[in-house]
Formats: sequence, structure tokens, C-alpha cells
Amino acid sequence: MAKTLAQEFVKGLWEEIPPFRLVLGLCPTLAVTKSVENGIGMGIATTFVLVCANTLVSLLRNIIPAKVRIACFIVIIATFVTVVELLMQAFAYPLFLALGIFIPLIVVNCIVLGRSEAFAFKRSVVPSIADGLGIGIGFTLALGSLGAVRELLGSGTVLGIDVTGASFEPFAFMLEAPGAFIGLGLMLCVMNFIGKK
Amino acid sequence: MGDYIVLIISCIFINNIILAQYLGACPFLGTTKKMETAVGMAFAVIFVLTMAGIITWVVNTFFLNKFGLQYLRTIAFILVIASLVQFVEMFLKKSIPALYAGLGIFLPLITTNCAVMGVCLININEEYGFIQALISAISYAVGFGFALILFAGVRERVVLGRVPQPLQDTSIGLVTAGVLSLTFFAFKGMV
Repeated sequence: MAKTLAQEFVKGLWEEIPPFRLVLGLCPTLAVTKSVENGIGMGIATTFVLVCANTLVSLLRNIIPAKVRIACFIVIIATFVTVVELLMQAFAYPLFLALGIFIPLIVVNCIVLGRSEAFAFKRSVVPSIADGLGIGIGFTLALGSLGAVRELLGSGTVLGIDVTGASFEPFAFMLEAPGAFIGLGLMLCVMNFIGKK
Repeated sequence: MGDYIVLIISCIFINNIILAQYLGACPFLGTTKKMETAVGMAFAVIFVLTMAGIITWVVNTFFLNKFGLQYLRTIAFILVIASLVQFVEMFLKKSIPALYAGLGIFLPLITTNCAVMGVCLININEEYGFIQALISAISYAVGFGFALILFAGVRERVVLGRVPQPLQDTSIGLVTAGVLSLTFFAFKGMV
């Protein structure tokens, strides 16, 4: 079962890529992917929290009593989310406004808690960091690609650059809730289709 | 009075917590394969969300704002919700075992349900007063339960149809949710 560091890292990018393989953390996925920029911003914030929380949980794994571990994880995660929140408020204010309440909601993102519980609590520091980084980057990629699809169809742009020309009539509904659900559902279908081969 | 009715309708239908605000999507997909679990989850959320809405409002107004500790809001709220869930679980186990047996497995899941935390944060961001916060918490929770039960009903039927292999399970679930969310769009013109 001993995997190398590289394998721990790479598994987050395809084998266990959230939210496709592990159906966790759907709320931020659906809510912030109106554009590529928001999606990637959210992905980076989550990656930061994941790596920091994994590191600390792994360091403290012999001190935290098993019975109250969930409460301890949540406090650790909430601390790092507060750090991210304050950092974004200071250095990336437009993104902070665009993501709104979804930044504090990283606390209840099941991916972060899930990795602490399933991985970092049982493993040493270095593999935990690799795992956090891999899952985080996988999540960022997933958010970025869903954001690209929705931005392209919903407003005809990618990263704010007009790519479809004036004759294209954007599907406004792709930017709203139905577009998020349907877009993610169809992407999951494509992933399943490719994965089967 | 009229304002409160508008608030109730907008929280249940127009700004439905799942189908318009994207909060609580994990339990929405996770617990709706069967009607029974959907109903269990719906009631557990209504119960906890109402209490969490009241308590976080009080904590925020009389503690965090008073001492200028707003930056601790995320940590304070998640602690309130986690301990509330734990407390409710112990209380039900002791005093109402029948209800505990019904809600049992769904209670711990609520800690990481972003709908609960989300509504508490919305109440603070919108600067609601106490009565408004209470009404919005109850209405959002009812909207959550409503969407959950509707979706479970649709999903039980979808399983019976011939779904192409790659689309099965979560994938078709998300597309179905999209269609349901499209129907909730019709409420947008109401207020």
C-alpha cells in the first residue's frame, strides 16, 4: 500500500479528482464557477487551506485524542480559513467580493475535512502535504474547467476575452443555478465515459 | 406583517437555498436516493437550522459585535453549530428516543452541511433583526426540506428509466437537479 510521494500527488489529479471522483465539495463547485477566474481563485484558496490543515493535523496526530478529532479538525480548518479570508480581503479584494460567503464556507467543504480524516490523521507530514497539494490542484483544475465551460456558453468569453464574436447569443441560463447543475452533470458524464475506456 | 410574508416566500421559493443559492448540495445529492432518507434529512435540517439561526444571531450581536471580534466569526459559528449538533444528538437520545432513531444518522452530517452555516452567514450579512433572522432560518430550512423531498420523488422515478451508462447515478442526478432548478426560476417574477 506504500505509494511514492509522486503517486500521492498525482492521484489527486485524475484518480481521485474532486469533485468528480470524490463527490464532495459540490457547493463551492456549483456556486463560484461563473467564470474561470472565480473558479481558479476559489481553487487556490481551498488548496492553501488543504495543505495547511493536512500539515498541522499530521503533525498533531499523536496529540489529538481520537474521540474529539472531528472537533479538533474543524477548529484547525476554521483557523486557516480565517487566515485566507483576511489575506484575500487585503490583497485580492475584487475576488473577495465575488466569492462572498463561499470563503468562510470553505470550513464546511467536505473535501478538506475528508482529507484530514482519511489521510492526514494516519500519515506522516510529507505525504500529507503531497496529498493536500494534489487534491487541491485537482480541485482547482476541475473548478477552472467547469468555469471555462460556463463562461464560454454563458457570456461568450474566456478569462474576460471575447472569443465567440458578436453573432453568438450567450445562453444566459448557464450562469445561473440550472446551468451549474447541468454543466457539472454533463462533465461528470464525459469523465465517466473517458474513464471506462 | 406583509414584509414577513414576502420574506417567507422569497426564502422558500425564490431564493431557495439549494436550487438558487447552491448551498447544501452534498446532502441534496447524497440523501435523495430514497424518499425515507430525504424526509429524515429534511426534518433534521429544519430542527438544527432553526436553532442554529437563533444562537448564531445572539452570539454575533451580543458577543462578537460587542467586543469587536468580527474576524473570529467563522470559527465561532462553526463551533456553535458543531456543539449544537452534538447537544441535540445527546438530548434526543436521552429524552425522545423515537425521534432520535429517525434522525440519528443524519444529525452528525449536518455539521458539515453548508446550508446551515450559509444561512447563519446570510442572516448576518443582510443585517436582519432577531425576528427576521428567525423567520429566514425557518423558511430557508423549509425550502431545503421541500426541495429535498421533491427531488427524491423525481429521482425515484428516474432510476426506473433507461439511463445511458456514463450518465448513471450522480451525473443524471445533477442534470435532474438542473431541470428542477429551472422550474424554480419561474418563481423569480413573484416578488
